[in-house]
Amino acid sequence: MVGKAVTARAEVLARLRAALVDAPTPVDVPRHYRRVAESVDLVELFVDRLVDYRAVVHHGFDALPRLLAGVDRLAVPDDIPGHWLTGFAGQVRRDTPPLSPADLDGMDAVLTGCAVAVADTGTIVLDAGQAQGRRVLTLVPDRHICVVRTGQIVGLVPEAVARLDPRAPQTWISGPSATSDIELDRVEGVHGPRRLEVVLIPDDDVIAPGR
Amino acid sequence: MRHPATPAGVPSTGGGRIRAPLPFPTAARSAVADDQLRANLHRATRTIRGKRVRAVDEVPDWAALRDAGAAIKADVQRRLPELLERFEAAATAAGARVHWARDAAEACRIVVELTRAAGADEVVKVKSMATQEIELNEALAAAGIAAHETDLAELIVQLGDDTPSHILVPAIHYNRTQIRDIFRRRMADAPADLGAEPRELAEAARLHLRRRFLEAKVAVSGANFAVADTGTLVVVESEGNGRMCLTLPQTLISVVGVEKLVPSFADLEVFLQLLPRSSTGERMNPYTSMWTGVTPGDGPQDVHVVLVDNGRSAVLADPVGRSALSCIRCSACLNVCPVYGRAGGHAYGSVYPGPIGAILSPQLTGVADNASLPFASTLCGACADVCPVKIDIPEILVHLRQQAPHPVAERTAMRTLSWIMRSPRRWALALRVARRAAGPLGAWRHRRTGTRTLRRLPWPASAWTRSRDAPLPAPQTFREWWEKQ
Repeated sequence: MVGKAVTARAEVLARLRAALVDAPTPVDVPRHYRRVAESVDLVELFVDRLVDYRAVVHHGFDALPRLLAGVDRLAVPDDIPGHWLTGFAGQVRRDTPPLSPADLDGMDAVLTGCAVAVADTGTIVLDAGQAQGRRVLTLVPDRHICVVRTGQIVGLVPEAVARLDPRAPQTWISGPSATSDIELDRVEGVHGPRRLEVVLIPDDDVIAPGR
Repeated sequence: MRHPATPAGVPSTGGGRIRAPLPFPTAARSAVADDQLRANLHRATRTIRGKRVRAVDEVPDWAALRDAGAAIKADVQRRLPELLERFEAAATAAGARVHWARDAAEACRIVVELTRAAGADEVVKVKSMATQEIELNEALAAAGIAAHETDLAELIVQLGDDTPSHILVPAIHYNRTQIRDIFRRRMADAPADLGAEPRELAEAARLHLRRRFLEAKVAVSGANFAVADTGTLVVVESEGNGRMCLTLPQTLISVVGVEKLVPSFADLEVFLQLLPRSSTGERMNPYTSMWTGVTPGDGPQDVHVVLVDNGRSAVLADPVGRSALSCIRCSACLNVCPVYGRAGGHAYGSVYPGPIGAILSPQLTGVADNASLPFASTLCGACADVCPVKIDIPEILVHLRQQAPHPVAERTAMRTLSWIMRSPRRWALALRVARRAAGPLGAWRHRRTGTRTLRRLPWPASAWTRSRDAPLPAPQTFREWWEKQ
């Protein structure tokens, strides 16, 4: 008889153990899938995939001042490299003290870096690391400008997973916010940023906070 | 009396919205007669089938990914108790609180208590099959807590006082005009001249939910994956409503079926390829969020995980049927199923429709309580071909059909037939008798219609001929013909 004192935890675990009385044989997981991309031009593939999902791609640092010229209020993480903002005449709102959701809702755009990018799927991964800030920063403003160093681009999803720390909160972004809920017709722009712009910069640009 | 600390572990069936209130054929009748519904379903499933094929065909190692996905899930099932304990330890160490629920009612109680403890009378919700399964919205409403669905399709279904009809696209049964009408009628802040363009409808939903997101105190989510080694939860979505819920509120409660585990973080490299391509036919869905307990200063600081059994232990107890727990809810099997494509999701009477629902729902509730669902299939096998984790759905359907209760007359007939067919002598004799008896009738039908078939049989065999012709025995068996040669 089961007494009241039995916790749900103990009960659920006991049920699952009882369900496995047939002692299923151990499983060897075959991992014959690609772990590393064959030699392809990763930058070219990444750009192709980004454009396919309606992200806008810009090449080189020179694109940044041009992009920012149309922005009045720009949210940035604290540790944004100083020279990314060179020539920006608008109002820079750093995330210290933390910007409230309402503050962020009033921003024209947010500028961040990223942790790693996947060419095969056109994905940018943010892990709250350097030049990325809190998750909310890239969520509430309607326009996300993301700087990606070419060295951050890997070929396949497994390569990206291998570079990431599971303890860090992660956001994987593939194109702007979208929905296919109405007749499975893809519409860009629902709750997340409706515009995603990617600035690709050469790998020799060293991120130096506060430079 | 057993010591309370060593509970009697009896795998138990579950409750919630997984039990078909009507037999499938009865429930399907009105759906099949609804031309608009069939047109909507046809259009939507055809679109997504095409997308899936294109997204899968460009992956040269798709077969290897499926093999890995199936094996990882089989391994999880084999080690489920151990992996759950590991998940609990890792998530707790990272600052989450882990709760356990034996069934739907207990899971709902936990979420209600946590919401009250957070001082909230409303929650924002990320689309989640688990919370649909346990009927959480109804439980919250009964406790005076308003639940706001934030996924566009879930919002449409909620505003339309309807239930989801597809795992991935819950409003697949509506077309754009019907959705516009629901918004005009039920969304207070929708513009009066709202059009039916998907872009306009999505914009209306964005504005409707914006303030709600920014002010929400409590969010409720499910999870697509839970990583045992690290305590990480993963939510895969498109619109950004998931990110809003997972990031902005102070309290986050995630309701997770115990089968959602993967052993290690690296295993996500397989499922993050299999899931988006199989479900929306995209290389990658727009947003995937991963979080591990609490991150100080970033996102919810009060993080809960509710691990739910609700019948999963009963599924696990069946060595043939347990692979249904491998399902990653991609819904590819729905989109290729000829039965789903005509009957739609509501006919299945469970939050899990289509082929996967036909094997999952009866196992969660016990076959006796969902006896018609294993028969809601033609066994064509298209579902097994597209399944990213290689669940042999037809095999499990047949297995469950054997467990379903059969009428006495059918059982007796089958037993008699089996006795006859076990002996070649009895079989030959039976054929001879049948031929003699039906001979004149067959000859007459042949003269009149050119075939030896009957259009109608008397009751109870009339059930068989309602949608088929009954063949009469041939004038001569193959063996008789062979002997004459």
